[in-house]
Amino acid sequence: MIPAVLYALVGMGLFALGLFALIVHTHLLRKILAINVMASGVFLVLVALAARTRGAVPDPVPHAMVITGIVVAVSATALALALMLRVSAETGRAELPEEPLE
Amino acid sequence: MPWLHWGVIAIVLPLAGAMSCFLWPRRAIPLGLVTALGIVTCVAGLGWQLVEQGAQRYAVGGWGAPLGIDLYADGLSLLMLMATAAVGLGVSIYSIGYFNREKARYFWPLWMFLWAALNALFLSADIFNLYVTLELLGLAAVALVALAGGAEALTGAMRYLLVSLLGSLFYLLGVALLYHSFGSVDIAILAARVESSPAVWAAVGLISAGLLLKTALFPLHFWLPSTHASAPAPVSALLSALVVKASFYILLRLWLEIFPPTSAVLGQLLALLGATAVLWGGLQALRQTRLKMLIAYSTVAQLGYLFLAFPLASITGWTGALYMLLSHAVAKTAIFMAAGNILYFGGHDRIADLDRVVQRLPLTVTAFALAGASIMGLPPSGGFIAKWLLLEAAIRSGQWWWGGILILGGLLSAAWVFKVVGYAFTRSRAPHESRAVPVGMEWSALAMSMVAILLGLFASWPLALMEIGLPFGGKGAE
Amino acid sequence: MKKKSNKPKSITENGEREAPFRLLLAVLLSALAAGLGYAVLSLPSPPPGLSSHVAANLETSGVSNPVTAVLLNFRGYDTLLELGVLLLALLGVWSLGVAPEHHEPPPGPVLDMLTRLLAPLLILVAGYLLWVGAHAPGGAFQAGSVLAAAGVLLLLTGWRPGAGFSGLPLRITLAAGLGVFVVVGVVLMLLGGRLLEYPPSFAGALILLIEAAATLSIGTTLAALFLGGRPEAGPRR
Repeated sequence: MIPAVLYALVGMGLFALGLFALIVHTHLLRKILAINVMASGVFLVLVALAARTRGAVPDPVPHAMVITGIVVAVSATALALALMLRVSAETGRAELPEEPLE
Repeated sequence: MPWLHWGVIAIVLPLAGAMSCFLWPRRAIPLGLVTALGIVTCVAGLGWQLVEQGAQRYAVGGWGAPLGIDLYADGLSLLMLMATAAVGLGVSIYSIGYFNREKARYFWPLWMFLWAALNALFLSADIFNLYVTLELLGLAAVALVALAGGAEALTGAMRYLLVSLLGSLFYLLGVALLYHSFGSVDIAILAARVESSPAVWAAVGLISAGLLLKTALFPLHFWLPSTHASAPAPVSALLSALVVKASFYILLRLWLEIFPPTSAVLGQLLALLGATAVLWGGLQALRQTRLKMLIAYSTVAQLGYLFLAFPLASITGWTGALYMLLSHAVAKTAIFMAAGNILYFGGHDRIADLDRVVQRLPLTVTAFALAGASIMGLPPSGGFIAKWLLLEAAIRSGQWWWGGILILGGLLSAAWVFKVVGYAFTRSRAPHESRAVPVGMEWSALAMSMVAILLGLFASWPLALMEIGLPFGGKGAE
Repeated sequence: MKKKSNKPKSITENGEREAPFRLLLAVLLSALAAGLGYAVLSLPSPPPGLSSHVAANLETSGVSNPVTAVLLNFRGYDTLLELGVLLLALLGVWSLGVAPEHHEPPPGPVLDMLTRLLAPLLILVAGYLLWVGAHAPGGAFQAGSVLAAAGVLLLLTGWRPGAGFSGLPLRITLAAGLGVFVVVGVVLMLLGGRLLEYPPSFAGALILLIEAAATLSIGTTLAALFLGGRPEAGPRR
């Protein structure tokens, strides 16, 4: 197996790991971090698979996509963190209230 | 080639509007209104050109797919753009009275970004570009929800942001798999190259899951009611009318073009979830004590109808679903506007304390009832035409039971509409303070509800526009 | 979200979900990861991609770094929208309220010296990255992030933009990246081309112009996001 595919498999693992943390943790900061771990997993898959041909120059298009993705992720994280601070200032807890069961 | 300059301007103009509202916040309202009128003109121009010349493709930067990004406009995109323009114009006029000066500074640039995202999304022919527009849409929607302030809206916005980001990541991972399978992110090229493989099935699953979460199909609707109910009324209208439909639109496009034809089981599953959504959302709506929460649950139910077309897989079925989407967009805008007027007037939206609101806000209650008739599916409204088409498609394909869902859902909607209208006529035990509702807010609600009825009377025009480029006419229709 | 019907409270005191639920979830998500891994392994073997398309058109793109060519030329429209996302995020953060007051302790000698040394250096590096992006790894986003680092360092030492800058001039700086991109795109359209269709002889210069504005905006936006709210004397005045 060439290393690029291994990295892509790690990326898929990160995606699942982040999803686990997102569901399990209740603190908003951890949820935001979990989303970022998931995003890193997706970016890793995109970039790693671009280098599947050994020795050749990697495909630049996924690289550009990842740069776009990173900027989007940074923007979303900044908004999420600011929102989290407002939520905890307003409710006293950096957590989402449990959904009513129905 | 000049044709899609209209489409391109419909994307660039709201971006420019957003920037000018950001730079000169004190002039935000006039700048926003001028932009709104400009966008409506562009969409009308695009419509005219599509009627003259048929579906169109536009290579941004002159490169063309697969290297560059293509825009594509056919009847399906045109109707989505027109619904956005109609709802957008109504909401723009409504929000002049709704927001105070401080909120208006932020509402207008955010709303212009949202509009730009919607137009860009409906015109895009590139699944990675669609990801960027989805994120632009999601962040704008979240910020608009938070604009209401207070614990309820802030937690609603926070939950919405997490859900929206999660959905986008699922979508993006699916896009990554498709790109690395076929070496393109252009929908038409993918449609030509796609063949069944484990990677394609994983991509179909990931993309569908992400988009269904964003579209809030039962049981992934858990985030929708609190978010849509806690947002400012014009924003609730935008979210229910347009934002959830945007992710549905992408799903529909990909379903029609890219997804393997063997996904019949998936189609049955989607329709089953849709049917459950219709019944569950309808029942939950009846149980609510607050008006905006009730309307939000009704959105859950109405979104369910859209998925009934998937197992029917006929042109009539798709047309019916799209017509349902359009008439729900307009009617739900009117209903949320009416609820906003009631909330503005009395300072609360408890259904039991509506306190003869019909005498004080007759236009608003009329708007509510007219739009309610369309949601129920009474003739001659747009909702009736949509349900008629879906029913016809269901019976013709021998799956009459989906038609039963249409009728049951209509009865549930009728029950809540009559409940609310009934309370609007009764005197409340606790009389309350009130303030006058700006004229523009009442009239824009009424105008939107009239459009919902007119969609039924003049159904042949939108139905004819839908056929441009034959979006439902089979794979790769150009 | 997912709850067992016989246990309405699946949240323990420290706010974490209970063990059986976690185990079930771990199993499900491992299956998901395994399925996705299988999908990766099944991808076609000579990888399809756009490398050859990019290489064939690199000559006329105006830059020789393929990633920059994709980002600013071939798929420049994505980048335009993405600068919109960045500005939108800032707008969202500003709409939430005024930046919270952080009483930074006065900078110690280390931070003080470090900032004095690093801030000019970082600005220089940002300029270099911007320039080098045309033919080697680098570009507007990398340069913008480095510029933002300089901004964050300055903010950490307690520096705040003066009242003269925090109004319209600040907003113009923030919107410049998207603004220049849109203006270039539209002007090219008015000259008879398509949106963002650069004439090959001007492509390099136009890309540099867009990237310069973008670097400035990205750096300022990221540093402004670091503050977590709108500046006090900002759009209120």
